[in-house]
Amino acid sequence: MRAYLTLTRRELASFFLSITGYVLIAGLAFVVGLVFYLTLIAQGTQPVSIPITQVFFNSLVLWIVIVLTPCVITMRLFALERATGTFETLTTTPVTDLQIVAAKFTASVIFFAVMWLPSVGYLFIIQHYAHQPGALDTGTVCSMYLGVFLVGCFVISVGCFASAMTKSQVLAAMVTLVAGIALLILHFLATLIPANGHWQAEVLSFFNIAQQMLDFTRGVLDTRVIIFYLSVTFFFLFLTLRVIESRRWK
Amino acid sequence: MNDGLMIEVENLTKRYAGHTAVSGISFTVKRGEIVGLLGPNGAGKSTTMRVLSCYLPATSGSVRVAGLDVFHNSAEVRRRIGYMPENNPLHLEMRVREYLKFRARLKGLGIARSRERVDVVMEQCSLTDVSKRIIGQLSKGFRQRVGLADALVHEPDLIILDEPTIGLDPNQIRSVRALIKSLANSHTVLISTHILPEAEMTCNRMLIMFGGKILAADTPDNLQRLVSGNGQVVAEIAAPLADLCNCWAQMAEVEHYDVSPADGDFFRCALTPSNGSDLRPIIFGVARDRGWHLRELTRNRHSLEDIYVKITRPPEEEEGA
Repeated sequence: MRAYLTLTRRELASFFLSITGYVLIAGLAFVVGLVFYLTLIAQGTQPVSIPITQVFFNSLVLWIVIVLTPCVITMRLFALERATGTFETLTTTPVTDLQIVAAKFTASVIFFAVMWLPSVGYLFIIQHYAHQPGALDTGTVCSMYLGVFLVGCFVISVGCFASAMTKSQVLAAMVTLVAGIALLILHFLATLIPANGHWQAEVLSFFNIAQQMLDFTRGVLDTRVIIFYLSVTFFFLFLTLRVIESRRWK
Repeated sequence: MNDGLMIEVENLTKRYAGHTAVSGISFTVKRGEIVGLLGPNGAGKSTTMRVLSCYLPATSGSVRVAGLDVFHNSAEVRRRIGYMPENNPLHLEMRVREYLKFRARLKGLGIARSRERVDVVMEQCSLTDVSKRIIGQLSKGFRQRVGLADALVHEPDLIILDEPTIGLDPNQIRSVRALIKSLANSHTVLISTHILPEAEMTCNRMLIMFGGKILAADTPDNLQRLVSGNGQVVAEIAAPLADLCNCWAQMAEVEHYDVSPADGDFFRCALTPSNGSDLRPIIFGVARDRGWHLRELTRNRHSLEDIYVKITRPPEEEEGA
């Protein structure tokens, strides 16, 4: 546990010791701010009947951001350590492989969460000008962030896996990006093919992240979706662990 | 099980896809020894060290550190080892003290203990003055010392250093060597190097590796004897030529002599002893008794360089010579 906490702290610190961390936070704040501004302009002063969180999340740009940022967060996790050789000094300490993978994943997820913090501000701005006490419901806000968090965890776990496979950060980022885009394509397919009872459509519907996100932003929590995201996250973390362990295989 | 043995390697073989890096080597290292692993690049030194430090598994054979198998008791072995890999990889964006504390914590030291140990190793490696500097901005010599401090921070029984002095300037090499020597009392040290004087100065024993095999294992002195055999002595003496020749011919200890004129009245005598003994005191005695002027007296000492070349030279090269 001690080693896990020490490693997590170091990983987290390394985001803030390099410029990448700040660029990411600023970039995300800018994009989310832009989406927020454009949404407001489009909406005008018309009253809306749907939750603000849902209005906010109706843009595809946010999806691209959710898929893109984990690529940058995770690309250096293992690839950089392998390239510089610090992976060797890390794995020859009495730290277990599980602790290494868990610490790197935790640090990335925490950083991902920190990146989204500025966006909370926009929601409060809306509430301030909405002149309605119930405009912003704590429940829907929490469930919206839970959705972002779950999708983030999933893509981050894919990123961990990609980074563990290679010494090249660029390659790791590319693989994660391709996986993220594949996820978006599945999502488009899922929206095009309605659930018609066939198993293919059923499977595809799990990847309908926009629909799922819509539910999250409305404050509807579907346990199937939550379990789906958690299990794919664990699956990819498990694969990452196996990749890390594989060097000890005879 | 471990009667004073720190490292026990038996028939260690490591194959990578396509080639064998280490083939069937066996050796032991006693507690408190400083052992040098010598060999040209690609001899299998680093691979051996990586297996010892639990980074890579052996293809076959058994490796024990302090009586524990490196594969089955990996975590316990890693706790007892301080390992500095080749090229000394460090987190360049961290500060010296911060890095050492991070490493100490990773190696299982408590907060108070790690603070205490970091202070001790920084003192030991003369890093106290740069404790707040960013590692990436330090000179190579300092970085190397940070790597050494890292290897020492958890007071390991065994310290494994892969080419600790590579790329340093002569002064830095001296200080790193002195540091390694100072570890001798309390630790067992295994260093790899391809610089011979280094091993000669710091090690009690040397293992010479080539092509994945150990070709020789002995103390530097014994290796010296093994290769040089007879210690030829060169003396420059000012004396009549006939007297000199007479004197050497009558001396029982001298098997073969060769006298050639040098500048002035001096003659250069190359003397080979008959039984491998040291001729220098005898020659000095003779020169003093007869009142000859002696201006040089040297034993041709085969440097380890020669030993190394002799042992590690590929056979075809020897035939061609």
